[in-house]
Amino acid sequence: MRAYWELAKSSFRRHSTYRTAAVAGAFTNSIFGLIRASLLLSAITTAGGAIGGYSATEAATYVWLGQALLAPLGLFGNAELAGRVKSGDIAVDLSRSVNLTASYWAQDLGRAAFDVLPRGVPPLVIGALVTGLAMPGTPGPYLLGFVSILAAVSLNFLGFFAINLLAFWVLEIRGFWMLYMVVMNLLSGFLVPVTWFPGWLLEFARATPFPSMLQTPVDILAGRTDGGESLALVGVQLVWLAVLVVIVQVMLRFGSRRLVVQGG
Amino acid sequence: MPIIEVENLSREFQVMESAGRFRRRRKTVHAVRGIDFTVEPGEAVGYIGANGAGKSTTIKMLTGVLVPSSGRVTVCGFNPVPQRKALARKIGVVFGQRSQLWWDLPLQDSYPILGAMHRMSEADWKPRFRELADQMDLGEFLSTPVRQLSLGQRMRGEVAAALLHRPELVILDEPTIGLDMISKEKLRQFLDAERRENGTTLLLTTHDMSDIQRLCQRVLVVDDGVIAYDGPLTGLAEVAGAVRTMVVDLAAPVHSADLLTLPDGAVHQGIEAEGVRHSVSFDPRRLSAATVLAAISSTAEVADLSLHEPDIEHLVRQLYGSTRL
Repeated sequence: MRAYWELAKSSFRRHSTYRTAAVAGAFTNSIFGLIRASLLLSAITTAGGAIGGYSATEAATYVWLGQALLAPLGLFGNAELAGRVKSGDIAVDLSRSVNLTASYWAQDLGRAAFDVLPRGVPPLVIGALVTGLAMPGTPGPYLLGFVSILAAVSLNFLGFFAINLLAFWVLEIRGFWMLYMVVMNLLSGFLVPVTWFPGWLLEFARATPFPSMLQTPVDILAGRTDGGESLALVGVQLVWLAVLVVIVQVMLRFGSRRLVVQGG
Repeated sequence: MPIIEVENLSREFQVMESAGRFRRRRKTVHAVRGIDFTVEPGEAVGYIGANGAGKSTTIKMLTGVLVPSSGRVTVCGFNPVPQRKALARKIGVVFGQRSQLWWDLPLQDSYPILGAMHRMSEADWKPRFRELADQMDLGEFLSTPVRQLSLGQRMRGEVAAALLHRPELVILDEPTIGLDMISKEKLRQFLDAERRENGTTLLLTTHDMSDIQRLCQRVLVVDDGVIAYDGPLTGLAEVAGAVRTMVVDLAAPVHSADLLTLPDGAVHQGIEAEGVRHSVSFDPRRLSAATVLAAISSTAEVADLSLHEPDIEHLVRQLYGSTRL
């Protein structure tokens, strides 16, 4: 366990060395927050004050929470593992006495912990100043929100890790990556809340792990769900977590066997 | 009990080659074919051969990163592929072309992680780290990020990383590639001391004859996937008739080889740069470089000189008349 703790800490430090990048990222997240918020707000004004149960401030809160969680949750992923398979550096990873998935997972949690302050806070501050935020006044949603964020970071990590693992079979994963990004951006509720989807798409989204990757922590933090509902949503996240862990481990087992058997 | 046991080990790869415009043909490449060798604890073995001779393939099979097509491998009592993680705690591996350090962190930050991976307590890895940092002179760049280290500094860091957990066996794949003379020598001295003091077994691949001369009592030559020679280095040089080459630049041009006095056994190889540059080859067991230089200097003024050691490819090719390469 200590190895994974050390890896998480080291990853936190690695990311803290790129401060300019963090500032630039926070700036971009905030600008896109302004654009997204103004689009949603004008849509809500046109619709007569509310869409799908979201008032103007609630919709703005949804946008700003999404922008703040974008980086910590790792919604853009990283292709480090695929790069290492391509370059052959995966041989170094496989010569270490740790579990490959767990070591990358720990490093992603360290990255997420670093991203919370520099990437998460600025969009919320700007949102509070520009549009105002509708945040709950009791501690419950924040506590469950924290658990939900942890689960969502892990789900995003595992989703992208699975795409990375395809590098064991195909040389270039870019196509799969693009497809995954498009589907994930839509179904996670990043573009618009999933409850705004037409019924059939909402049903479909709920049959995938994607809403658990963003919509769930945003809803819980904004206090849109009450205690029981929130607990149930976190439960759903944990179920998907278990499913993705199994998928990733199976892929890794066959993929590394393929590498080990076929060479390269 | 031997630390490495390799029995009738083979590895083949399927590669696709183009046959005509659209068709592709499957071709089998035999990278390693039926090799046998054992290494006893405390030995220092050089594993040499031309590019593509099967060195890296063998090393990958020893460390459990590649499954053998057939044959048997035992390293430190483990079967490498199924017991890869347990084996990783017993051996240290240095890949000259790859890094096991954390690229964007200060060098010193890699060692606590490695210590934890090897399940060493702080009381265990810290003193060992201090000892290694001291012996390898890591002090002045411990707080420099790995990406900013020179190749020589990074390789010292890599070797320290591979030795942190006091492995019984250290496998080094081209540890001195790209290093300057001083860095090479430092690394060799350190590895030699490590083996003498702690009885660490060394297995290294290299293209540098001096690595082998300084470090290894035993050489394994692999050529085209088979072991072509297994024995002391002196034996290899004898069979192959290794020659050194001295290249001299003269102060004034000399246009004919006959005008240059050479000791018996030295052979004039050629003239370049309009008579200024001459190369002379000689057998190091019969003549010293000083003798050759003294003879040349007796007739012409030497402005500059360089010495070239026999390279391994050349030796292996001479020895076995292999036309591959």
